[in-house]
Amino acid sequence: MGSEARPFFAPVPKASGWRLFLKTVVARAYPRVVGQQRERSWIFFDVFLSILAVSAYVFVYRAIGAPEEYVGFVVVGGAMTAFWLNVLWSMSSQLYWEKESGNLALYIMAPNSMMAILLGMALGGIIATALRAAAILLVGSLIFHVQYAVGNLPALVVVFILTLAALYGLGMMSASLFLLWGREAWHLANLAQEPIYLLSGFYFPVKNLGFWVAVGASIIPLTLGLDAMRQLLFPSGAALGFLTVPVEVVVLAVLCVLFLVAARWLLGYMERIAIRKGRLLESRR
Amino acid sequence: MRIPVYHSASLPKTWSAAWRSFRIATWLGWQIESNWTDPFLFAIYSMLKPLASAAILVVMYGVITNGQFENPIFPYIYLGNAFYIYVGAVMTGVSWAVIDDREHYRTLKYIYVAPIRLPAYWLGRGVARFLTGSFAVFITLAAGVLFLHVPVHPAQVDWPLFLLSLMLGVVMLALMGLVLASISLMIAHHFFLIGEAVAGALYLLSGAIFPLEVLPPWLRPLGFAMPITYWLELIRRSLLGDLARGFPTLSGFSNGQLLGILTGLSVLFGLLAAVTYRLCDRQAREKGLIDQTTNY
Repeated sequence: MGSEARPFFAPVPKASGWRLFLKTVVARAYPRVVGQQRERSWIFFDVFLSILAVSAYVFVYRAIGAPEEYVGFVVVGGAMTAFWLNVLWSMSSQLYWEKESGNLALYIMAPNSMMAILLGMALGGIIATALRAAAILLVGSLIFHVQYAVGNLPALVVVFILTLAALYGLGMMSASLFLLWGREAWHLANLAQEPIYLLSGFYFPVKNLGFWVAVGASIIPLTLGLDAMRQLLFPSGAALGFLTVPVEVVVLAVLCVLFLVAARWLLGYMERIAIRKGRLLESRR
Repeated sequence: MRIPVYHSASLPKTWSAAWRSFRIATWLGWQIESNWTDPFLFAIYSMLKPLASAAILVVMYGVITNGQFENPIFPYIYLGNAFYIYVGAVMTGVSWAVIDDREHYRTLKYIYVAPIRLPAYWLGRGVARFLTGSFAVFITLAAGVLFLHVPVHPAQVDWPLFLLSLMLGVVMLALMGLVLASISLMIAHHFFLIGEAVAGALYLLSGAIFPLEVLPPWLRPLGFAMPITYWLELIRRSLLGDLARGFPTLSGFSNGQLLGILTGLSVLFGLLAAVTYRLCDRQAREKGLIDQTTNY
């Protein structure tokens, strides 16, 4: 063994504080992005399944003689379902899956912040899902010849970013709740698909549900996000919009802060409850 | 000590073995489906998804037509969507049992060595979803009749045709589920997707929520090759009578012809299910896939 060889017990430089936080975020986001490259068939199926659903709704609109802009509404809504499904199955249910597969104990034992892990999950999920959503939007727009009229691109970008931030904040918050609910989490995630597609107006302007229903549905960030995006993407969007875009932007910003603060509080609550009841690592199949 | 291993192929091919497997699997399936919560919540859960799914179409239709629910296209869409619940419930219910047992409960290997008939067991596991699906169909139908004036009048329903069509359709869907279950034996990474992909494709191609004439011409032949297309037409005709004949897609066929096509395609799927099961079962044993877990 040469003298330049590294000693067996060489100390490993350890990160701490914000550096550790950021490294944890990147470390948790990494498998989300890389994992997708290793399962390319999933990308295909995710896009394919969404296009099937979008196509079915587009053909319904065509069967009843709807204006062509409604086809565009369906395509944009179909693309955003990718984010909702990602939040449901890969954010809200994730800590429950991690518990089932035995990783949750490792997360808690490791000297890092659980908020950083949740943020990493969200960041990785956004990057991985954005690709799928873009593919759905592109393929759907090409197949059904959707015409867009973007008048205010910066506003569209702001709305999109705020929608995703609030949506993934909701996912981070519900991750703790789903963990507490345990075995029911799978059913709850399953349940939160069609009813949310309905209430959030994924396939039609949410204004048509009536003012108070739309107000209630606005707790799901995609409701106002989709509404604002449609107003900015289609010529008749503003006429069919629920609230004005500036109002929707403000509400989305409030939801962002609200959900992130609630996520942090619920993580602490979940840990306290779990320690008291000793249920954190319990597996009930 | 040598432990006897029963391969499904070497079991006595008696109805009693198949019936026992079916019966026990039905009970097991019901326990798995329903025991995660109390009956009230379970009923709410079973109703909310299908009602929301129907409501999406109702709102879409109402927005565009300003609420003209008396137009014949509305009951066409509504009933097609309501009875399509059976497709997801029965077909996916049967095939999901493989994944559930192998990846979640990790019991498929024990089930394999138990003295049961595996296809009968899978069919039994699908019964629970059939029951919850039937509940969802009933609730959706009742909501349509009571609140949206879907013109289904019990006195005018062709009950023999309805019951016969329903029975044939459920058998056909269960056989399609068996095909998917056999394929699931060979598939690890994509288990969430196979049932959904097939159900999604059939939803689009079978004219469940729009007449096949709306599809591009190059896609229509696929729709005519799907047994579900004929099944849904029979269901609509039995419930709506002459109103259902207003759409040109299958107006050239009599009820008898539609029943004949549905029966023929069901027999075809039965044969396909038997062949697929033999092939996939052998391959899964050869490749050691029976007890694989992927942690997805």
